[in-house]
Order: sequence, then structure tokens, then C-alpha cells
Amino acid sequence: MNFLKQDKTYASVLMALAAVTLIIPFCNLITSADSPLHFSAYSVSLIGKYLCFALLGLSLDMVWGYAGILVLGQGAFFALGGYAMGMYLMRQIGTRGVYGNPELPDFMVFLNWSELPWYWYGFENFGFAMLMVFLAPGILAFVFGWLAFRSRVTGVYLSIITQALTYALLLAFFRNEMGFGGNNGLTDFKDILGFNIQSEAVRSMMLLLTGSSLIGALLLCRWIVGSKLGRVVTAIRDQESRVRFLGYRVELFKLWVFVFAAMLAGLAGALYVPQVGIINPSEFSPLNSLEIVIWVAVGGRGTLYGAIIGAVLVNYAKTVLTGLMPDAWLFCLGGAFILVTLLLPDGIVGLLHRRIKPNLTLNASGEQPA
Amino acid sequence: MMITANITQESGASLPLDGEVDTRHGPILYLEDVSVSFDGFRALNHLSLYIDDGELRCLIGPNGAGKTTLMDVITGKTRPDTGEVFFGQTIDLLKMDEPAIAQAGICRKFQKPSVFDALTVFENLELALKTDKRTWPTLFSKLNGEQCERIQEVMLLIGLAGLKNQLAGILSHGQKQWLEIGMLLMQEPKVMLVDEPIAGMTHQEVERTAELLLSLQGRHSIVVVEHDMEFVRSIARKVTVLHEGSVLTEGSMDEVQNDPRVIQVYLGG
Amino acid sequence: MTTNHFENDLKTLPISEPVAGSLRRNGAVFKSLLPQTWATLWLMFFLAFCVNAAAQETADTLPQPLEQLRIGSMAEREQAIEQLGEDGRNLKLLQALQDGQLMDWKADSRLVIASESAKGYNLRDPFDGKAVLADVERDAVGKLNLTNKLRSVLRKAVGGLQLNADSADMRLEAVKAIAKDADDKALQMLRKRLEKERDAAVLAAIQEALWLQDINSDDKPARLAAIEALKNINNQSAYNRLRELAEPDAVADPEVAAQAKAAVKKIESRLQNYAAIETVFFGLSLGAVLVLASIGLAITFGVMGVINMAHGELMMLGAYTTYVMQQLLPNYLGTALILSIPMAFLVAALVGVAIERGIIRFLYGRPLETLLATFGVSLFLQQSVRSIFSPLNRSVSTPDWMSGSWQINDFLSLTWNRFYILVFCLLVFTALLQILKRTKLGLEVRAVAQNRGMAKAMGIPTARVDAMTFGLGSGIAGVAGVALSQITNVGPNLGQAYIVDSFMVVVFGGVGNLFGTLVAGFSLGIANKFLEPYAGAVLAKILVLVFIILFIQKKPRGLFPQKGRAADG
Repeated sequence: MNFLKQDKTYASVLMALAAVTLIIPFCNLITSADSPLHFSAYSVSLIGKYLCFALLGLSLDMVWGYAGILVLGQGAFFALGGYAMGMYLMRQIGTRGVYGNPELPDFMVFLNWSELPWYWYGFENFGFAMLMVFLAPGILAFVFGWLAFRSRVTGVYLSIITQALTYALLLAFFRNEMGFGGNNGLTDFKDILGFNIQSEAVRSMMLLLTGSSLIGALLLCRWIVGSKLGRVVTAIRDQESRVRFLGYRVELFKLWVFVFAAMLAGLAGALYVPQVGIINPSEFSPLNSLEIVIWVAVGGRGTLYGAIIGAVLVNYAKTVLTGLMPDAWLFCLGGAFILVTLLLPDGIVGLLHRRIKPNLTLNASGEQPA
Repeated sequence: MMITANITQESGASLPLDGEVDTRHGPILYLEDVSVSFDGFRALNHLSLYIDDGELRCLIGPNGAGKTTLMDVITGKTRPDTGEVFFGQTIDLLKMDEPAIAQAGICRKFQKPSVFDALTVFENLELALKTDKRTWPTLFSKLNGEQCERIQEVMLLIGLAGLKNQLAGILSHGQKQWLEIGMLLMQEPKVMLVDEPIAGMTHQEVERTAELLLSLQGRHSIVVVEHDMEFVRSIARKVTVLHEGSVLTEGSMDEVQNDPRVIQVYLGG
Repeated sequence: MTTNHFENDLKTLPISEPVAGSLRRNGAVFKSLLPQTWATLWLMFFLAFCVNAAAQETADTLPQPLEQLRIGSMAEREQAIEQLGEDGRNLKLLQALQDGQLMDWKADSRLVIASESAKGYNLRDPFDGKAVLADVERDAVGKLNLTNKLRSVLRKAVGGLQLNADSADMRLEAVKAIAKDADDKALQMLRKRLEKERDAAVLAAIQEALWLQDINSDDKPARLAAIEALKNINNQSAYNRLRELAEPDAVADPEVAAQAKAAVKKIESRLQNYAAIETVFFGLSLGAVLVLASIGLAITFGVMGVINMAHGELMMLGAYTTYVMQQLLPNYLGTALILSIPMAFLVAALVGVAIERGIIRFLYGRPLETLLATFGVSLFLQQSVRSIFSPLNRSVSTPDWMSGSWQINDFLSLTWNRFYILVFCLLVFTALLQILKRTKLGLEVRAVAQNRGMAKAMGIPTARVDAMTFGLGSGIAGVAGVALSQITNVGPNLGQAYIVDSFMVVVFGGVGNLFGTLVAGFSLGIANKFLEPYAGAVLAKILVLVFIILFIQKKPRGLFPQKGRAADG
């Protein structure tokens, strides 16, 4: 935990996260609904949502900020984790669906399916579903990354094929035949582990869980980045071929980080779904994945906590702006992309650091040489 | 041989070869009839070259003679169209990729100094350190006392001990060159390929580099590519002249310099 | 004899002013007429009838069949139609009957041709169809009911008359109409015509119709000959008929059955070829769209190395330019479309140059940042269009000469708009190639692409060339937008739908290689269309995407990689 002493921002971000994670559920536990200290269900799930996005941003910062792989399809892993969780929640509905079928979710009954497709087996089991939350994105990332990195697809090519990947998944999940609810996705959840998913206690618990996952993930990522593997990955980002001549199998290191980040994104998706109550194919849309990139860019990539700050800030701005002037949001998002890349390559964190410690820039910038 | 023993001990599973680099019957590096062409342009033209164990060899030749391409072929960056490249008697380098070749003990310093700017001097050397280079062991790796001493030793050797925690990005050009030589040493290679080691160095630095390279020969086989004839004269026993992708001539510096074909290539060509 | 006459006459009548006024406003309104007016009208009708009768005395038509047709029984009507069908001058009348326009004018107890008017029906002379008799309300006339049998008789009668028309097109129509359900009499007519006919197309049509009949004839040699002949002809009804014959137990004679089967097989193999041609055509046209969409990208990405995520939105601007042009020239859709091409080029090129000067030039050598910044631009443009025009799709009309299809035969027709887009794509491609090869700008572009520093040293204004190149690529995106406006919805999301595809095409073809882009676009288009029947449109698209993803991993430099040491670095 030396880094906490070296970098005060880390400490403050961690403190803030811990505070949010603990205080809100605690307040809601001890106060009644009309107390001024009580957080509404809306704000609890909103904050929960922000924290999920922060976790997702963190995962992208691992691949982009440290390994230099600009993934334009990180949302795909998020969505896969979300679908795994959604499938568990669907199976928990049981006979309480509109059609009351104990085995089949409503949309399958509606499509006249007679039995559960094989890939839905096991999802009634929470443990299995949790395993799939990590495995589904992990395996996809493994297969995709193994092919891509082994054949040394890099830079913009890789970015574009990751975008094509999420686009292909978007099209696929829109199809009813896929058996994931098509257009509407999975929704109308009732229970999680036997507790009513709408209840205040579960919401608070989800927030607590999300917050602690985020803190845990931040610490884990920090440890990885601080390890020798972290240094190898940073070296790969800056001079990929040189690392190869040092005897490291570059593709395996990239793959490691890519799969790790995909699993982290999957976890974020799994935490997200119970809190918003729905998962549908739009999560796969390339625009969603690009938004993740802008969170990290705004926050400052290659710093980890920058991604968290960026995700929360951008999403807060989105909530406020889409409420006030729906038309202005895309202008702001577009403007953010342009301004950040032109004027703030190190993001908000870079700005802070420049103020506080003018010397510390190189480690954070992570600029790819031409 | 201590170094060879180390290879077998430490990097067992990840290495595609078992056993020692077999140099009992002659050269440690063996290139036979190697040709490489890029889109019609022959960068290497039926080149044959043999480097002996522990030898310090200098490669010279005008621009476009194929010096860098030769290094690319040895280190696995470029696949030749034809020919054979062997490391010792038994290891076929053409069947290996860059990391495998590097782990087998052939290491390279690039023409343009390639150090990791975002890492400190210490970290640069740490990455180069000869050890298990698979992902999971790398994640959990911790330096032991012996390894730390080794890094310290190399830092002293390359004169960067005082800059241990400086980012490599702020080093001078000459310092970067040395850092890269240091990284080469950290890998404890059998063969060192050194491409233009003294570009951008002051006179003193050049002298120290020459000393360093001379002190390393015997323990390592070293191939130096250099344009600076003065420097080559100061270190080389044997010089190979490349021209248009093949070996023009080989011999001592004096022999080579008096070879009419060499003079023709350098002056009349 | 027009309604104006009535009005003029009415003016002279001693009726109250309001009534006359209303009559003038409405034309002849029979219901509100005073007794005197009725008398005058009767007089008028009588006169009109006389005039008509006088005119038709020379026409030598018996009123008899007309009356039969008007009030006779079905059998009588049939007889009447056959009778009328013997005289060429009755063609208009019979055609009107066929179209349901021949009606019984109750007031006058006679047949007239009625066409819809504001008031009800406009009645005209049944023989020439021109002279206007009256404008009446709907219930002033009665429709003539036709049975299916009558229709068939009528069709033949009309066909028989048309068969001898002067225009070859009309004769062709007639042959087709008659052939639909030919009986002996119709065949006789056709045979008769066959002897006289000189026009090749009509001749072939008659021949086909006769063979179609011969298929079922009892004369075995004729039957076999007909089957033999029909198997080489692309005719839907011939195919149907032969298929019926080829059914097991359809015909007793095994030789005929065998030959019919062989004929069906032959036609079916040809049908497969046509289906393949059609798929290739669809594929080519989809490919043309892909090439159009990606060719601008091939310049900005391939030649300059700039990732322009706003490329799709530049196409969108081109499509909206077309929309605006059509709004400005609502009566000249075709001209507006043609004018849109240079306009769209200009608009998109200007926006492109603005993007390059304002953003991209600060980011050269940093491809990932360029990608992000231009993505920001794309969001900006999308939202601008949404705010200016509306989030809904705008419809761009297709001019007449681009709609419809090119009917090659019964089994093969190609739509014109796709055909034009294919041609347009090739034109744009050739033009672009010429610009890059022949012009000074092209030379400078290639020089800068190959070695920026050297080009600069030789005095090429690289900054200006960058802007121009980007403008060129963007302009072509705009032109592609014009083409897209003809086949897809013009909306703010138009660009997004194509951006992934066009990047795939460029990368698949090999970056920096325009021919690669062309080949890649067409092959992906065709692959897509060949997969569609088996996998469905969406799955086909997914499969193609997955294929490209795998392909790029196998050959990261695309189909036609740039070679050499430069590409190696």
C-alpha cells in the first residue's frame, strides 16, 4: 500500500468510494423513508449505476491505458456479463411470468418454444451464473484476443475489429432465434437469491456490493499495474517489438490483460443488471463502447482512478443534461471527444497533476508513438 | 559453461529447446545461403556467415548492404525466403519466433536506442533480467537478493547507478545506448547483436563502450554493426564486409581496408 | 356538346336567379330543376342523340349488339361481344368494357364510356371515347356486370382486334392477352396472324402461344415438338404447364412424360442460373454501395492514414443535400438528383476540409486520438442534423427513369436504381483513379503519402495537400450519400449503419490500395447476398463480419497488402 502515500489522489478516490459505499446503505438502514438523510430508491440505483460504469471504465483503462490496446468493444464484455446475470434472474421468475411457465421465460413461450435451449441450462444456479459472468466475457476475449494478438493485429486495426465484434454481437442478440429475448432483452426480474429485487434493502445491498467490488478491483488493478507484469505491459504499450526481443511473449501478456479486463467488465455488467432491472442488445451498440472510451479519456487514462473519476463525472453530466436539454447531450459528448483529445490528452487527472506536481507526467500520459 | 547451464535450469518449459547450445563443432551462429527479398528488392543475396563462440565480429558495409536485415533474420523478425540459420549445431532459428530466440540466448541492441521511456532505469534492467518470462510467474515475480545485486552490478558497469530511479525517457542519447547495452547484459546472452552502439556518443563514451565490448568478448559472442571505422579498428579482430546483400570479404581490419573490392565499394561505388 | 352548353342554355331560361346561380356553380344539377328545365333538357338529349346517330350512321354499327350488351342476358351479352369483336372500330368500346368504364346511362338508355369526375362520372361517346356527352352523378349510370366467362370472351375479342393493330407493341400485348386462356377460336386467330406477322417479337410470342396449346394437343408429334421448343423459352406459363405435364401420371404417353421431365429439368437449371445471375447482380449492387461508402475512406484512411469515424456522417450530409435539392426543385426530381452530385461533393468536401484543418492536423501520427476526435465530430454532425431536420427519416424521391426494373425475361428482371448505382460506383471509382493518377494533386497526394518529409523538402505544400486529400475523400463520401439516398432511408443514423462496414471493406481490401477496396467491396457484397437465402439477412451480415475478423487476423494487411520495407516498419 505504498502507493497510497506516494499518490494522494489514490487515497482520496478510495476514501470517497468507501464513504459512498458505506454511508448510503447505512443511512438507508437506520433512517425512515421521510428522513432527510434517506436516499431515494432512484438515487441509490443511480449511484449504483455510476459505480458499475466506474468499474467498466476501470476495466478499459487496464487494456487501453496500460496495454495500449484501444478496445472499441469493451461494452460487449459488459453486456455478456449482464446477460449471464440476467439469465439467472430470468430463471428466478419461475411461474410468476405472464404465461406462468415454470421452465421457460415469457419470451420463449411467446415464440412457441417447447423447451429451454441448452445454453440456458444451469443458470438457475446462482454459483454457475456467477461463474458464467466471468467465463462468458473471458472466453470470448480469450478466443478473440488469442487470434488477434497472435497474428499481431495492432493499433487502429485492432480497434476497428473490436468494434466489428460488438457490432456483430449487437446484430446477433437482436435476433429472436438467439434465445436471449431479442429486441426486448431480459427484464421483469423478481428475485435475487430469494430476496425481492425491488426492495430497498436489496438495492442498498447491491450498492454496497458494487462499491466494494469497485474498491477491490481498483486495489487489484493497482497491484497488477505495480507488478512486473504491469511493467511488461507498459513496455509493450510503448515499444511492442522491443519487448519481444527481451524474450517475453507479447501476445500472451496482451491476452492476459485483455481477458482480465473483459472479466472485470463482465462483473460490472452483472452488478449493473439487477440495479437497472433490464439488459437488452443496445448494450452491445458500438456507441456504448465508445462512451466508455470517453469516460477514461476524460478522467485520464493510465491512472486507474482517472477512469473512475471520468466515468462518474461523464455519467453525472449525462444524467443532468439529458434531463435538462436532451438534444444537447450528443453535442456535449461529441465536444468532449474533440476537446479531450486535442487539449487534455491526460484528462482531468493529468490537469490536476500538472497543477500539483509539474514533473510527474510521463508515467501517466501513455502516448503511443507514431 | 555456466551460462548454458543457466538456460536449462531456469527457463525449462517455456523454451522450445532442451539442452545446451551445441558449439563443439565450430560456430555458434551459422547462416547458410540466406536470401531475403522485399517486393523484388534483394536485401540479402545468398549470404553465408559463421560466427565463432566467444568471438567479437564487426560487420561493415555501405548503406543498403543488408546489415540490419541480417540482424532481423537472426532474431526472427524477418523470415528469409531461402537458406538456413542455426544457433550452434542443433537449434534451427527459422523455426522459432522472436521471444524464443531471445530466450535461447541471442539478444539484440537496436540501431535506434529502444529503451522504455515510461519506466525507470532500474525497471528497464529488471524487465531484461534473465528469468521466467511467462505471464503468471511475471505477475508474482519478486526480485531476490542475487538478482538485485546483478542489476546493481550492471548499472555500475554502464555508469547509470546514480540514475537508478530516473525515467529512461529523460536520459541522454548516449546514456540510452548504454542502458540498452545494460539490458543486453541482463539477459546473459550467448550472442549479442549490437547495431550501431556509439551513435550519438561523446569521445569518452565511445572509448568506454569499446572497453566494455572488448571486456565482454570471450564470455559472449558479439556481432557489432558500425559505420565508424575508427571504432571498428579499435575493437575488431575480424571484420566482415557486406555489399548488396552478400559477404564481400572477411579478414582483419588491415586486410579488409586494403582489399581493392572494398575500396571500390566504398569509394568507387 | 359540353356542360357549358347546358349552362348557356340555362341562362336564357326564366328561372329564379338563385337557382340559376347554383346551377352555374354546380354545372347541371338535375334534381333541383324546374319542370321547364326538364323539358329543355329532354330536348337537348334528343338533339344530342340525333347528332350521335348521324355520326354513327357511317360507322355502320348495328344498335342491336349494343342493346344486347346493355340489357341482354349473359348469353346474349356474350354473343354481342363476339359480334362487336369482329369490327376494329369497336376496340375502344370493348376496352372500356374490359376496364369497367362502359356504363349504362339510365336517363338515355344507352351505353357510354364513363370516367370519374369530381361530380360523379364524365360520360363520353362509346366509340371514339372523346366526345363528351355529359357530367352526371354517380347513380345516373349503371355498371355492366361481367362474369368470368364474359371476361374471357371479351379478352379474346379485344385481343383479336388488337392482333391486327398497326402498332407492334399493341399486337404483342394482344398475343399475350389471348394466350392466357386460348381456345380453338383464339388459336385460329393466332395462326392466321402468324402467316401475316412480320415483327420478330410478335412472331415469337405467337409461336410460344401456339406451342403452349400444342402441348396439350392429341397430335403426338406436334406435342413433342412443342415441348422441345418450349424448353428453350423463358416463359412462366410454359414452365408451369411443363411442370404439370412432368407430374407423375399427368400424361399417359411415357415418351411425352419423359420429354416433359427433361424439359422441366432444363428450364430449372436455367432458372438456377438466372437466380445466380440475380444474386450476383444484387451482390454487385450491394458491393457498389459498399465501395461507394468505403472508397472515400480508402483515401483518408488508406492514403493519409487518418481514421475518420465521421466518414459515415459525411455520407449522411450528402444524402441530406439530395433531400434539400429536391425540396428546392420539387418539380424537377431528376435534375435535382443530378445537381445533388456536385452539391453533395462540395458540402461534404467543405465539411471535410474544416475537420482536417480544425482537428485532424493537430493529431497526425496519433491514429487512436484521431479516431476519438473524429468520432466526436460524427456525434456532433448527427445531432446537428437531428436538430435542423428532425430525428425522423426524410424521404428522397426516386425519379421515374430510375424506378422500375429491366425485365429481361419472365424469370429475370433487374431493378434500375441498383443498376444505376452500380454504374455510378464504377464511374466514381474511375474518376477517382484518374484524379490520383493524372492530376498534379494526385501526384502530390501520393508523394505525401509515401514520404511526408521528403515531399515537404521538395516544396510540396503538405498542409494544403493534406487538406485537399481529406476534402477529396470527404467529397466522395458526400457523393456516396447521394447514391445511398436512392436506396435507403435518409436519417441521422444513415452514416452509422455504414461505418463499420466501410472500414471492414477498406481493411479487407488492403489499406492504401484502391483496387483492393473495389474488389473487397464487390466480393463482400456478393458473399452477403449468396449467404442471405441460407442464413437470413442479419445472420449473413454477422457471418461476413466474423469472416472478416478472422481474415484480418490471418492476413492483417488485407487482400492486397502493400509490400516493401516501408510496409514492414
